[in-house]
Amino acid sequence: MSCDFLVIGAGPAGMAAAATAARLGLSTLLVDEQPAPGGQIYRAVESRSETAAGVSQVDWESGVALAKEFRAAGAAYQPGTQVWQMEKEQEKKRKVYVTDGVKASCIEARRVLIAAGAMERPVPIPGWTLPGVMTVGAAQILYKTSHWMPPGGAWIAGSGPLLWLYAAQVLEAGGKITGILDTTPAANYLHALRHGVGALRNLSYVHRGRALQQRVRAAGVPVIKNVTALKAQGTNGNSQLASVRYCVNDQWREKPASMLLLHHGVVPNVQATLSLDAAHRWDDVQRCFAPVVDLWGDTSVEGYAAAGDCAGIVGAEASAVQGRLAALEAARALGSIDEAQRNMRAAPLRQQLTRHLPIRPFLDQLFAPRENLLLPHDDVLVCRCESITARQIRDTVALGCRGPNQMKAFTRCGMGPCQGRMCGLAAAEIIAHARGVSAGDVGVFNVRPPLKPISIGELAALAD
Amino acid sequence: MATSRRFTAGDLTLSEMITVYIEGKPVDVNVNDSAAAAALRAGIGYTRTSPVSGEKRAPYCMMGVCFECLMVIDGVASRQACMIKVQPGMRIKRQLGARELS
Repeated sequence: MSCDFLVIGAGPAGMAAAATAARLGLSTLLVDEQPAPGGQIYRAVESRSETAAGVSQVDWESGVALAKEFRAAGAAYQPGTQVWQMEKEQEKKRKVYVTDGVKASCIEARRVLIAAGAMERPVPIPGWTLPGVMTVGAAQILYKTSHWMPPGGAWIAGSGPLLWLYAAQVLEAGGKITGILDTTPAANYLHALRHGVGALRNLSYVHRGRALQQRVRAAGVPVIKNVTALKAQGTNGNSQLASVRYCVNDQWREKPASMLLLHHGVVPNVQATLSLDAAHRWDDVQRCFAPVVDLWGDTSVEGYAAAGDCAGIVGAEASAVQGRLAALEAARALGSIDEAQRNMRAAPLRQQLTRHLPIRPFLDQLFAPRENLLLPHDDVLVCRCESITARQIRDTVALGCRGPNQMKAFTRCGMGPCQGRMCGLAAAEIIAHARGVSAGDVGVFNVRPPLKPISIGELAALAD
Repeated sequence: MATSRRFTAGDLTLSEMITVYIEGKPVDVNVNDSAAAAALRAGIGYTRTSPVSGEKRAPYCMMGVCFECLMVIDGVASRQACMIKVQPGMRIKRQLGARELS
């Protein structure tokens, strides 16, 4: 199969890019691993009514409109499709290998846009592998797709806007939130105020956030602030979560819990751009890696662009705009519009970006992760797949390992089925701290194909 | 299953329930559930054991990142249960340790 413009990911950036490119006459294909368009933010946007999404999700209509625009624009669409390898340019084509879970196939594209979105920052705590512990994002996906809510209520712990949004949605739908353990450091509020001007330019975001917090408090949910450390405790035999322990003012307390939902903000999903060996930068405030991109989203790898949260966290609305800008540049590069037309169409989009982005430095500072949480104690499991603890990682630094890739060879950390997605950032932080340098200096795991495990049977289909 | 019905009542697009088999037992689940969501709904606790430590694990991210939800679905081992939508009669079982080479 071949196309002019291949888009990977059907969230806001991907849907907007595919729609824009198709309307400009590019033969456009969008592949996505989910069964329906929307990404995570607009998950199940076509099957759920606006009321079902809950009044808390005020930008739901933007998602509904984007999905309609995408469907009407004439781009080809392959849901349920995983990308497992991307190749650099050969004879003006880029080969991208995918699988539908049964058969692998190859797509030849002239330009590729990666719109892989964000993932929740994995922050290892003692007991985070217990059944009964999952992320707030996971619980929200369950709520959005099929209205599942924790049957016995849930403790929510961490920091970030999503935590409050999910709590408000559950309460509104008649579910139960047992309590909130807020790990946001008090100092973050002061640091954030330095970016107060940006917040003033996006007051609706601030109001929305405050309204969510008020709604949760008004429902009588206990909110415990300045939590500095967390532990999940299991039942005998560790087959299920039994309680959550938390530390405030150096005092540990324990509450029974049937479910603990963790959230420590979102970070770019960089697995795809890392696998291309594209240049990446370390963001010291958001504490994550992101691909280096230009004003049109182009990465350092010719013909590959990245847009939306996978290129740096910007939120759903700015992501859609970035997707459109990347599509305009693809159309220019492939000759369907000229540079002047591209710039003319881009001007109003750049205006929109200046409306959505001023709030970001404020939010980044306010919800910057608590430093000590990024440095788990020695006994904490960091690599869930291979059961590697923080101590084992630190021991390799003592042996002279300077970065995650050397450490991996000594421990198998990052070599399980998730391929380092869950432990990569934490490992970089642990090694950086042990060496006394920035995580930007120690780098991340090399990512190699296949991007997701693929069976020999699926691969064999390539020979057909 | 009282819980799930309570939350789906009044929303026609979500009200359809189908039957799947989780660890061999028939369970009514939401037609929009993933296999991992169905397992959570059924309340089976853990959904796999770690091939490294034998520890019990359950779905963690629900978006295809963490690979904790690996289950045996319709006889195929090590599927990401959070990425697969339920089908009527689907057989969903825990993945115990590593998959067999077959």
